[in-house]
Amino acid sequence: MTKINVALIGSGNIGTDLMVKALRSTQLAPIWMVGIDPASDGLKRARAAGLKTTAAGLDGLLPHLAEDGIRIAFDATSAYVHHEHARRLREHGIAVIDLTPAAVGPYCVPPVNLAQHAGRGEMNVNMVSCGGQATIPMVAAISSVQPVEYAEIIATVASRSAGPGTRKNIDEFTRTTANGIENVGGAKRGKAIIILNPAEPPLLMRDTVHCLTEGEPDRERIRAAVQAMLTEVQKYVPGYRLANGPVFDGRRVSLFLEVAGLGDYLPRYAGNLDIMTAAALRTGEMLASEIVAGRFDPRPLETGPGASI
Amino acid sequence: MNLRGKRILLHDNCLRDGMHPKRHQISIEQMVSVAGALDVAGVPLIEVTHGDGLGGASVNYGFPAHSDEAYLRAVVPRMTQARISALLIPGIGTVDELRLAHDCGVGTIRVATHCTEADVAEQHIGLARKLGIDTVGFLMMAHMTEPEELARQAELMESYGAHCVYCTDSAGFMLPDDVTARVQALRAALQPGTEIGFHGHHNLAMGIANSLAAVEAGATRIDGSAAGLGAGAGNTPLEVFAAVCERMGVHTGIDLYRFVDVAEDLVVPMMDHAIRIDRDSLMLGYAGVYSSFLLFAQRAARTYGVSARDILVEMGRRKAVGGQEDLIEEVALELQARAAGKSAADAVRGPAPSGMPAQHALHAEQELDA
Repeated sequence: MTKINVALIGSGNIGTDLMVKALRSTQLAPIWMVGIDPASDGLKRARAAGLKTTAAGLDGLLPHLAEDGIRIAFDATSAYVHHEHARRLREHGIAVIDLTPAAVGPYCVPPVNLAQHAGRGEMNVNMVSCGGQATIPMVAAISSVQPVEYAEIIATVASRSAGPGTRKNIDEFTRTTANGIENVGGAKRGKAIIILNPAEPPLLMRDTVHCLTEGEPDRERIRAAVQAMLTEVQKYVPGYRLANGPVFDGRRVSLFLEVAGLGDYLPRYAGNLDIMTAAALRTGEMLASEIVAGRFDPRPLETGPGASI
Repeated sequence: MNLRGKRILLHDNCLRDGMHPKRHQISIEQMVSVAGALDVAGVPLIEVTHGDGLGGASVNYGFPAHSDEAYLRAVVPRMTQARISALLIPGIGTVDELRLAHDCGVGTIRVATHCTEADVAEQHIGLARKLGIDTVGFLMMAHMTEPEELARQAELMESYGAHCVYCTDSAGFMLPDDVTARVQALRAALQPGTEIGFHGHHNLAMGIANSLAAVEAGATRIDGSAAGLGAGAGNTPLEVFAAVCERMGVHTGIDLYRFVDVAEDLVVPMMDHAIRIDRDSLMLGYAGVYSSFLLFAQRAARTYGVSARDILVEMGRRKAVGGQEDLIEEVALELQARAAGKSAADAVRGPAPSGMPAQHALHAEQELDA
C-alpha cells in the first residue's frame, strides 16, 4: 500500500506516543519529528527509530517539506504556538491534524464525525482534547437517543501523564472540551472539568460523563447506544471500558469510564495519551486514504488580502 | 507559646467553604446579611462564591441557588471596610470567571491547586496579578506532600506573582507539628515580602491549635469560618480563634463581641445540620480525605445502602484529591456490588490512605475484601 509521508511536530508525551503508533501504520510513513529541545527524550527516540529530526521548531522543518514529500503534519505542541503553525503549514499546503486545544479547524472525534470530514478536504482538523476524545462519543451516543439539555464530563488523569503543554493550557482544555461536548456531542450546554492526581502508582485515566436528558431517559435505548459506541471506540483504543453505569437518577444519566493505554510511550495508566494519539492516527489514515485515492490534494492556499485561516 | 504583639489577618470562609454543608443553597439575602454583619464586626476579608470556587456550578459539585456573579454583585457593594475574595480552582474555573469576579469588584483572588500541581495555576495567578488585585496561591491537601516539596510548589506560585501562599489542610488531617514543619519550610523558601496563610478544617478538633502553630511559624493570614460553617466538621471556628488571639495578645483588629454575635445569631440558624465532629467527619481527618466529600459520601451511602465511612476510607485509599467527587458514586457502586457478593467491577486498588496508620489500613482492606 502507498504510504503518505507525515511530520510530527512536538516531541513531548503526545508526539512521542503518536510516533510509536505511526511507525506501525500501514498508511502513514513518519519522516520527521520536530522539537525545540535537542536533549528531549522524544527526539532521541525519533532518531533511534530512523526519523529525521530538528530541534529548531517548525523553522527546521519547513525547508524540507517539498523534498521529503510531506503531505500531512500532526501538531502536538501547544495551543499558544499552534495558531502560528497552522498558518505557516497551510501556506505550504500541508494538511494538519491538530492535537492541541487551539481548535483552529473543525473538531474531529472519529466515531462521531470522522466520516463527515472525509472528502470535505479540510486542511486543519482539531482533535479536541484527551477528555473530549474519551467522553464526547458517549455524549453523542446518548444524544442520538434523545435530546441532551446539559452534559458535563470530569476527566481525571495521572499527574505524570500531564506534560507542561497540558498544564499551561488547562483553561483551553476545559473550554475546548466543553465546546466539543456541544458541537460534536450534541448537548445543548457542555461543561468540562479536569483533575490531576499525583498518586503513585499512577492511576488509570478516569472519565465521568453526566448527561441531563430532556424528559425521562429512555433507559433501554441509552444502554444499547452506549454499548454500541463502546465497541466503536474499542476498535482503536482497546483499553477503553465502561467501569460503571449507566446510572439513571431522574433525568441524570451517568457513565464511569476508564481508559488504559497500550503503553507505547508512557505506561498503560496514561490512557489519556492513547485516546488522543489513536484518534489522531485514525484521522491521519483517513486523510491519507483520501489522498491516495485522489480525492484530496492538500495544496497551498491563497494568502492574499482577505484570506483567513 | 508567645505570640504577643503579632498582627494577623483573619479571613472568613463561611460564605464559600460554608456553601458545602449548605449544598450551595445559601440565599442572596443570607449572603448579604452575614457578609454585612462580618463587615461591621471588622472582619477584613470575606470569601464568597460556590463552595468549589468560581465556575463550580455543576452536576459533580452541585448547582448553587444563585450564580457566582449574582452573589458577588449583591455582596461587594455593601462592604464598608471588608474586602471580598473569590476562590478559583484551575481545571474547574477559568480565567473567564476570574475576569468576571474582578469586574464584580473582588479584591482578592485565591488560586487553588492540589499541593503538588502548582504549575496549572500559572495563567490564573499571572492574570490576577496583572489585574492588580491581591493574589493568593492556595495549596490544597497539603498533608499529602512533604514540607520541602510544598515549599517548592509555593515558590512556583510566588514566581507566577502570588503575594501570599497558603498551606491548606483540606482534610483536617494535620497535627500542630505537621503545620509547623510546613509553614516553616514555606517561610524559609519564600521572599520575606510574600505572606503565608493557613486554612484549617476542624475534623480532628485541631483548627485552633493548628492555626496557632501556623502563626508561630510565620503565617500572617488565618482562615476560618464564623461558627465553623465549612466542609466536613467545618473550618477553624473563627470567632473562637479571634477570642484566643485576644487572650494571647495577637492583633486581629476584630470586634470580638460583634463577631461572636454574627456566628451565634446569623450563621448557626442557617445550618441545615449541626457542624460537628460526627463519625464521618472524624474519618475525614483520620484518613486524610478531602472535607467536601462528606455530604456526597453520605448521600451515596443512603442511595446504595453502604456505609459512608467505608466510602470515605476507600476514597483515602485511592488517594483521591480535591474535586474527585465523581469517584464517590463509583466507589459506592463498587462497595454495593462487593456487599452483594457480585464480582465488583475490577476496581484498581491503590495503596493505603494517605498517612493512615498501617494497621488500620490493613483492617480496612480486610473489611472491603470480606
